[in-house]
Amino acid sequence: MPNLKDLKNRIASVQSTRKITSAMKMVAASKLRRAQEQAEAGRPYAERMGRMLASLAANVQDSGNGPKLMTGTGSDQVHLLVIISSDRGLCGAFNGAIVRESRRQILRLQSEGKTVKLLTVGRKARDQLRREFGSLIVETYEDVGRRKLSFADADVVAQKVLAMYDAGEFDVCSVIFNKFKSAISQIVTVQQLVPFAVEAQADEDAAGAEVKAIYEFEPDEEQILAELLPRNLSIQVYRALLESAASEQGARMTAMDNATRNAGDMINKLTITYNRTRQAYITKELIEIISGAEAV
Amino acid sequence: MADKVEFELVSPEKLLTSQPVDMVVVPGSEGDFGVLAGHSPMISTVRPGVIDVYEADRVVDRVFVAGGFAEVTETRCTVLAEEAIAVAEIDRAKVEQQIRDLGEDLEDAKSDDEKARVEAKIAIARAKLDATGATTTH
Repeated sequence: MPNLKDLKNRIASVQSTRKITSAMKMVAASKLRRAQEQAEAGRPYAERMGRMLASLAANVQDSGNGPKLMTGTGSDQVHLLVIISSDRGLCGAFNGAIVRESRRQILRLQSEGKTVKLLTVGRKARDQLRREFGSLIVETYEDVGRRKLSFADADVVAQKVLAMYDAGEFDVCSVIFNKFKSAISQIVTVQQLVPFAVEAQADEDAAGAEVKAIYEFEPDEEQILAELLPRNLSIQVYRALLESAASEQGARMTAMDNATRNAGDMINKLTITYNRTRQAYITKELIEIISGAEAV
Repeated sequence: MADKVEFELVSPEKLLTSQPVDMVVVPGSEGDFGVLAGHSPMISTVRPGVIDVYEADRVVDRVFVAGGFAEVTETRCTVLAEEAIAVAEIDRAKVEQQIRDLGEDLEDAKSDDEKARVEAKIAIARAKLDATGATTTH
């Protein structure tokens, strides 16, 4: 028969766990709202930059000598993967999904005979990938946007990518991150950053008639593009970080909601066991007293 | 006054302003240019400097930008700024301090790359200082 005192302790401990998880859920919910607002606020810039790029690219592609960031190096031997995860755990499958996809990508590229290099953002991806692919990790960024994600944080990562590209250390760069769909659903997304694929964006924007306007360029297209593309890279990284931050909070909120509910169920079950045991003890004692009295 | 032009100032973090104005003067990298309604479409890079917003021939708003891009269409003028701050909010003493700090950084800079980066920062800070100087003379 289980010990009454043990059961009581166990109930108390699950209760305090529930308190913690429900508090974490509420914190995540409010952080999620903020992250979503931030992602929302960053959208106009990205949209307008996309529009500018589309009209620029249309002009430059005709001339056929666009900058290297757009046309690529002409080879695809060395791949750089920027993997965006979180610094903290307790957020469900968030980091697991990222790591699984990253591993899949790495193995696929390696089986094709390509060289892979990794840049990891967030402690979790580094910790989980270090054992298997430790030698591939070029650099790790931690505590990115601990309080509030700023554009400067993204710029640090983007500058590193650019510096590596200029030094010819890789040919193709992709970013792997959790795209925020809703609080309960995040989609692991692989997005190519370098060489920059303009076509996809141009198609989206083709509906807007403004794109078709003939622009004057000051200075010339190539020069603007040479400035715009590195900028765009930072923006893409920034957007990926924002999406990832919102996803992290969403995933944590869902995970903590589940944990709270499970703790509630567990408390109910334990309480029933506790009460049954208590009754059994009382019955047993009564039987002992009665049979003792009868024996006299 | 004729038609208005929709002026938008956007930083990576948010949309700063979006309002119809009579004219904006943008510090393009090849010279300032004024945008009125019906301007021919153009795209230009922006050097560190001050954007003047005009309402009925008077400057109503002055914003310092640390470089970026401007897209002009017949009805709109969009500036993608890297950093934007209202001229009135610039703290001269702070910027001067920043220039001094950066000057020290420049001496410490080892590679040419690093030097170029610090120099670019100094240029931005100088332009910021000039911007405040211009306000006092206005």
